[in-house]
Amino acid sequence: MAETCVFDRILDHANRADPYPLYAELRETPVMRRKDGGYVVSTYREIVALLHDPRISSIRPEPPEGGSPPGDESLPGLPPAFIRRDPPEHDRLRRLAMRHFGPPHSPGRVEGMRRQVGETVTRLIDAFAGRDRVDVVDAFAYPLPVIVICRLLGVPTEDEPRFRAWSEALVETLDPRAGEAVERRRVAAGTELRAYLDELADARLRQPSDDLLSALVTDDAEGRMSREELLSTAALLLVAGHETTVNLIANGMLTLLRHPAELDRLRREPDRVDAVIEELLRYEPPVHMPPVRTALDDIEIAGTTIPKGARITLALAAADRDPGRFPDPDRFDPDREDKEHLGFGGGVHFCFGAPLARLETQLALSELARRLENPRLVADPPPYRQNAALRGPRHLHIEFDGVAPATTVGVAIADGS
Amino acid sequence: MRVVVDLTRCQGYGQCVFAAPDVFTMHGQEALLYDPDPSDEQRARVLRAKAACPVQAIHIDRFAARAAGRGPQVYPDAGDGFKRNGRIVIVGASLAGLRAAMVLRREGFAGSLTLIGDETHEPYDRPPLSKQVLAGQVPVEHTMLPRLAELDAEWLLGQRATGLDLTGKRVRLADGREIGFDRLLIATGVRARPWPNEAEAALDGVYVLRTIEDAIRLRARLAAGTGRVLVIGGGFAGSEVASVCRELDRPVTVAERGPVPLFGALGRVIGAIAGEMQREHGVDLRCDTTVTALEGDAEGRLRAARLSDGATLEVDMAVVALGAVRNVDWLEGAGLAAGVWGVGCDAGCRVFDINGVVTDDIFAAGDIARFPHPSYEYQFLALEHWGNAVAQAEIAAHNMVSDQTRRWAHLALPVFWSSQFGVNIKSVGVPTFADGVVITQGSVAERRFVAAYGYRGRITAAVTFDQAMWLEFYQRLIEQAAPFPPDFAMVGRPAVMEPVPAEVPPRVAVAQGATVVVTGHDPGERRAILVRRPE
Repeated sequence: MAETCVFDRILDHANRADPYPLYAELRETPVMRRKDGGYVVSTYREIVALLHDPRISSIRPEPPEGGSPPGDESLPGLPPAFIRRDPPEHDRLRRLAMRHFGPPHSPGRVEGMRRQVGETVTRLIDAFAGRDRVDVVDAFAYPLPVIVICRLLGVPTEDEPRFRAWSEALVETLDPRAGEAVERRRVAAGTELRAYLDELADARLRQPSDDLLSALVTDDAEGRMSREELLSTAALLLVAGHETTVNLIANGMLTLLRHPAELDRLRREPDRVDAVIEELLRYEPPVHMPPVRTALDDIEIAGTTIPKGARITLALAAADRDPGRFPDPDRFDPDREDKEHLGFGGGVHFCFGAPLARLETQLALSELARRLENPRLVADPPPYRQNAALRGPRHLHIEFDGVAPATTVGVAIADGS
Repeated sequence: MRVVVDLTRCQGYGQCVFAAPDVFTMHGQEALLYDPDPSDEQRARVLRAKAACPVQAIHIDRFAARAAGRGPQVYPDAGDGFKRNGRIVIVGASLAGLRAAMVLRREGFAGSLTLIGDETHEPYDRPPLSKQVLAGQVPVEHTMLPRLAELDAEWLLGQRATGLDLTGKRVRLADGREIGFDRLLIATGVRARPWPNEAEAALDGVYVLRTIEDAIRLRARLAAGTGRVLVIGGGFAGSEVASVCRELDRPVTVAERGPVPLFGALGRVIGAIAGEMQREHGVDLRCDTTVTALEGDAEGRLRAARLSDGATLEVDMAVVALGAVRNVDWLEGAGLAAGVWGVGCDAGCRVFDINGVVTDDIFAAGDIARFPHPSYEYQFLALEHWGNAVAQAEIAAHNMVSDQTRRWAHLALPVFWSSQFGVNIKSVGVPTFADGVVITQGSVAERRFVAAYGYRGRITAAVTFDQAMWLEFYQRLIEQAAPFPPDFAMVGRPAVMEPVPAEVPPRVAVAQGATVVVTGHDPGERRAILVRRPE
């Protein structure tokens, strides 16, 4: 074929700033076979069906013949975390992690972090004072999730910079096109992070605190995690929870700056932030494609049979612009009644950290909207990261006229109290 | 504010619990309980929960959400002016009636709308009554459904319909009034089947559970005492009551006529697992056992129960959970196909007359409707499920204001759920329409599994215990009449996947107490007549 396959063009960094017209082209073939034998699914109903199809495995497939290894979230020498496991092991590990993160055992943990996250947001925006230009990514969206995850896990404040460096090295390789040098950096960072977490786990075992790592390491629930599983889980929370949240916040600010009326409304009506976030998750989601899945059996879908063993890419971001599901899908409209987006995936692998990402983004966007005076984009489109699956701006330079003072009001309103 | 969660859609993602942990709680791994009427200070959090629900199952303050996708198409009037000037009467002001009323308005019906209900309350949601209300987590008055104000309808509550004049198109009320209609929706539902011995049923301490009043009485008595509770009947309602009793640390005996609890709904194989759950939680479960007598003391208080296994139990309370009786009495003599089996109608909810001829202006929906389902050999099903009431009411309402070229058929597969003993049980399809059953995913020992049911080589139903996220996969298999047993390579597949006989109760239950006889010779004079026979 003379023409490049549309999916290759989507992976091409030159098209990172606006892949949406290509997604429309992709959807013309809801289930598309690539020349390497993998399949890409891009329409809403078909993706929802596959997210709930037990014939799909999330275990990391072998790299294709002659291809580069696909992204790997796990740390060297550790078993894969639950994102790369299937039931029943997936369910066991996720349930054990959830015991200390959410319902049924710890329903209030994430809401309980609201004040702390709000203070971090305030502190980061306070640092904008006296400047008229910042990179929202480097100065805000990037540090926030690392700080929050460190607090959640119980990483001491003084170790945060090291944590951040490891995290950066690890997320780099989530890109389907990461090269060998990147892979070497990943292994080095992964080895250090593993040793660090291992030591921290020992310390928490000796002297537990009220953080997640202490809870995991002292858990005596039935079928509890081994130390290795625990380290994998902690690393997953860091890696999967980092870049995605960065992108959600950066994509969010970018989208609001492109829709000034919406930014203005958010400033006046902070409670609107929830509707804004749900629409963002549909319209400019941080995860365009979740980790590649594998067909365990022949799967007939939309008139195509995906053969047993085939790798399957679920183009969530294409599905969320499917006009067969969302009327006028290319319009950013927080008032949209139907919010059944796939921004966090679906089925048993539904994003574990979704509530925390929502909390951070609620506070981040409502405070940025409230405190920045007359913010505007320096470059549109901004430069993008290489990664097509976890898509977001590398930098988001904005200019503004001033920074409104911090109040606790913003946090209080977002708290609904 | 009023909240209702469509638990038919809920898959247990728990996002609402994160957002509003004081309103939504997870009971076990995926059984969601919630306060349907949270205080206004929770408003921001509840709105956040609604926005965050991955399947958009949370409804606030109104309950006729747009259908997914392109939204409703509002068709023009059929040309007869009915949508503008018509008169619609809905008899039955509970879930199905309310939902139909909301859909009628959504579809652009601007004529007069009257709802007649024999209960004095606004419509309320019944599922919480046997769960969070009975357990005392939520006050009973919090179960009101959203929201009547903007409906622009006339509400005749506390008014019992006593008759229907088909020719004159009038509904008769107990106080003698007559309400005229152009089109009528019958949504009178069911009531609890009482204990058959009236004197015993009148003993202080004998309860049924269907209405708000039932729930108030039962809750008060449950909270007040510590003695043994006897649950008569191990169906879903009985099992949920037993589960709450154990939560409250009440000793409880369940007497079930069948070989296992939930036998009538799920058959022997899966019912046996539910039975094990009951025993693990300390329920004194007695299967193949009936209650032969309830005994009172001199003051008329329940004191003991005699069981068919020879035992006499000292009990404080008895909860009669023997299923339901359809509220068809008011239709006696009306000339419709209405009897103990319900009200017969077509898949478009149009009611049959007594001869089996479809009427034009009389519709039925909800627990009372008995309709043919193409997926089940066109057998007539009457489903006492929350989700069926909602879905069927929508079809009925649409068809009431649509001409025949635009009618919809009620083809939704039955879905229901129950939470008991910390496990969320969900079902799609008709589990009793089966000759085989097989565990396809998960582990029975862990009480987390999927069971598929099949009939003559095709899959007809699936039941999940704490595995609701897989249910829609099986729903598609059922809709496509996929082969049974399914034999896919899939995640969580047990080592052995061997179907066993389903052992379900016979589907065709002879309707007791009523028979139809056919008379006449010429085609123009052949008639069916309903005759009652003593039971």
